[in-house]
Amino acid sequence: MNATLPTPVRETTPTTDPALARSSNDRPREGDAHIRTRNLQFFYGVKQALFDISLDIPRRQVTAFIGPSGCGKSTLLRCYNRMNDLIESVVARGEILIDDENIYDSSVDVIALRKKVGMVFQKSNPFPKTIFENVVYGLRISGITDRKTLDEIAERSLQRAALWDEVKDRLDSSGMGLSGGQQQRLCIARAIALEPEIILMDEPCSALDPIATMKIEELIRELKKDYTIVIVTHNMQQAARVSDLTAFFYLGKLVEYDATKRIFTNPANKQTEDYITGRFG
Amino acid sequence: MTSPANISQTIRVHRTSESIWKRGDHWVWLTGGTLVLCLFMIMIVVGIILVNGATFFWPKDVRLYEMKDGKKYLAIMRQKEVIPPAQARDQKLQADPNRRMVMVGNRDMYSQDFVWLNDQEILSSSRPPDVWVMDRREYGRFIGYLHFLQTKDRKLEGAEAAAVLPKAMERARELFDRIYRIEKSDIGAVNLQMERARLRQRKVERLGQGEKMASEIRSIEQATASLKEKYDAYVKEIAQLRSEMGQDRIGLEDVNGTVKELPMASIMEAWQPNQMGFFAKTGSYFTRLADFLMDDPRESNTEGGVFPAIFGTTLMVILMSIAVVPFGVLTAFYLCEYARQGPIVRAVRIALNNLAGVPSIVYGVFGLGFFVYFIGGNIDRFFYADALPTPTWGTGGILWASLTLALLTVPVVVMATEESIMAVPRGMREGSLALGASRFQTLKNILLPASLPGILTGVILAMARGAGEVAPLMITGVVKLAPSLPVDGLTPYLHLERKFMHLGFHIYDVGFQSPNIEASRPMVFTTALLLILLVIALNLGAILLRDYVRRRYTTGAFH
Repeated sequence: MNATLPTPVRETTPTTDPALARSSNDRPREGDAHIRTRNLQFFYGVKQALFDISLDIPRRQVTAFIGPSGCGKSTLLRCYNRMNDLIESVVARGEILIDDENIYDSSVDVIALRKKVGMVFQKSNPFPKTIFENVVYGLRISGITDRKTLDEIAERSLQRAALWDEVKDRLDSSGMGLSGGQQQRLCIARAIALEPEIILMDEPCSALDPIATMKIEELIRELKKDYTIVIVTHNMQQAARVSDLTAFFYLGKLVEYDATKRIFTNPANKQTEDYITGRFG
Repeated sequence: MTSPANISQTIRVHRTSESIWKRGDHWVWLTGGTLVLCLFMIMIVVGIILVNGATFFWPKDVRLYEMKDGKKYLAIMRQKEVIPPAQARDQKLQADPNRRMVMVGNRDMYSQDFVWLNDQEILSSSRPPDVWVMDRREYGRFIGYLHFLQTKDRKLEGAEAAAVLPKAMERARELFDRIYRIEKSDIGAVNLQMERARLRQRKVERLGQGEKMASEIRSIEQATASLKEKYDAYVKEIAQLRSEMGQDRIGLEDVNGTVKELPMASIMEAWQPNQMGFFAKTGSYFTRLADFLMDDPRESNTEGGVFPAIFGTTLMVILMSIAVVPFGVLTAFYLCEYARQGPIVRAVRIALNNLAGVPSIVYGVFGLGFFVYFIGGNIDRFFYADALPTPTWGTGGILWASLTLALLTVPVVVMATEESIMAVPRGMREGSLALGASRFQTLKNILLPASLPGILTGVILAMARGAGEVAPLMITGVVKLAPSLPVDGLTPYLHLERKFMHLGFHIYDVGFQSPNIEASRPMVFTTALLLILLVIALNLGAILLRDYVRRRYTTGAFH
């Protein structure tokens, strides 16, 4: 695979929006590469999980990683905020550049990186704290104690996560008491509260019913206006519905990476086609 | 269509005897039976302790035994048994000989509290109504009749004396308590100040020089002199109170008509069991139970109360918990969160597990060598040099005993904490880290609250283990009789260097080291019951705390 950014196919091009076009001078340009992965090799001990991955993820778009279980898509996702560091004896070779900075450089502050690259997990994992405390957790540990600031950010984040109307009257009740879909949106609100640039989602809907899934997908479409989103999913329809770009992985290798529309209608690779049409995987 | 014959066949298939084995019912029986056996044995132990311990204070009837040889006994029945055949043959007794052990009391007259009576030798047994039983400060219990009562100006006899007795006892007790207070707290405080003055003087003599030293010594001597005056005043007051107390006297008459005169103050409790109804007996029971819980021991621990032992046990367990919790929890956190998992950590874990199996006396020896002699000895050398050769910290004390027990229970706390940390879902930990929390922040904000119930479980187990330990305490600070409690009204209020009493050791001491085994045996049961109740109470406290924490945690009110 070449490392260049595939041309996205879009129904609406936000760059033509005059409001966005005006502000695009001081903001990084929409659609340029936000995360550049260069020749990434990844090992769990002696077992190699990723082979020479190179791909660029564009700014403020949704990129979906698909592939059968164990193909390394989650591993790659977790490389972007260095969550893999928690596992012992992992080795990463190659480069991952976020805003042209190699995140595997020894000088990188992992804590700052993780604030910049938020993550939503497969299983919703609210803390056993109140809804409010869940949302402001990241802020509190960053040392923000001003109640007014916390209130504001909590409200804004919950609104952005489309959860505010459902929980505004019970911010002091436990976050564990919410339904699965609400919990997942709470986790998204928690990630948003830190104003990240990138949100990584590791199968965020795999434990949810279709209605909750629909809500999350709507939310993803809404969020991509401000955030670069990378989503791992097993659900082909979901990838087709929410993503702008799709990368197909197989056995630790990147098989094909292109605009979602092209992958799902006219894939270049036979393996991709087989997987998407359900002939294997 | 199913014919009736077919149906009955089907039912028979389900009822054959093999199906019990096939269904695995025998495993249910085996496991259930083991549980029942286990519960049964525990119930027997607790039942024996409960029955013997709880009935000790019940005022039992006194019977008058008249023997064939003309001897008479006023006694309380203790136990009955068949005379062993060999003995019966030696004494040429008839078939099925029984004997009973009865308590006759009056140790000052008969030299022993208990006698064995052969049932065949008993001529008659009756229940005289006017018998008194009295608990005395010395020589154990008196059983007999009230002969006279002597107050300052008059002497009463018979029914009159009995009517005045409660009032006279109360007056005597008041005086006694006043003397006790002066001796214990006032003179105690003066003694402590004098001891401190003496130590200061030694320090000045050792370090000071010239004119300054002389003047300081003069001032210390002055202070000592004024303390001495104070002391003399107290002694005088006591002497006066004593002579006042000595005016009231009581005459006691035993079954043989021997009269013994005693000071009124030597009687602690008096009751007439043969005249008491159920409610009166219940009242007497609780009075004596309260005395047992609140009083100091007397007569080399065989009588009186166990308050210092209850106090010492509780304080020691609390001190132990304070020491073991941070130590164990921090160790577990390091092992779980920071240490690189590998052969070394595995070895440490195995070693910790094995530590739980080391005999507790070994911990005691270690505590003696390390805490008492090494740490305590060095503290003495550097900070209490003037008191030497009398050790201050370099001898057993409640702090050293508590630390030794803390060491003993560390494995329990470490294991419980580790398990509860590992039980925290991985997602929660990752969620926190993914939000940019450091490991320590995750530990503090997520893992610690989540594992708190588990940690408290560990503490409960540790407390149960610690409260029941005796062996290591015997060489690190427990004594048979502690002169003062580790907490009192003298600065610094908490005296961690003091020796203390412990219920477990008390059981051993009273049960096996006592000069009067028969008299003190019921007390062993009572003390054991008390120790069990104390452990239950401490555990209950910890369990309530754990439930509270768990509730708060799951409702998510942690901040």
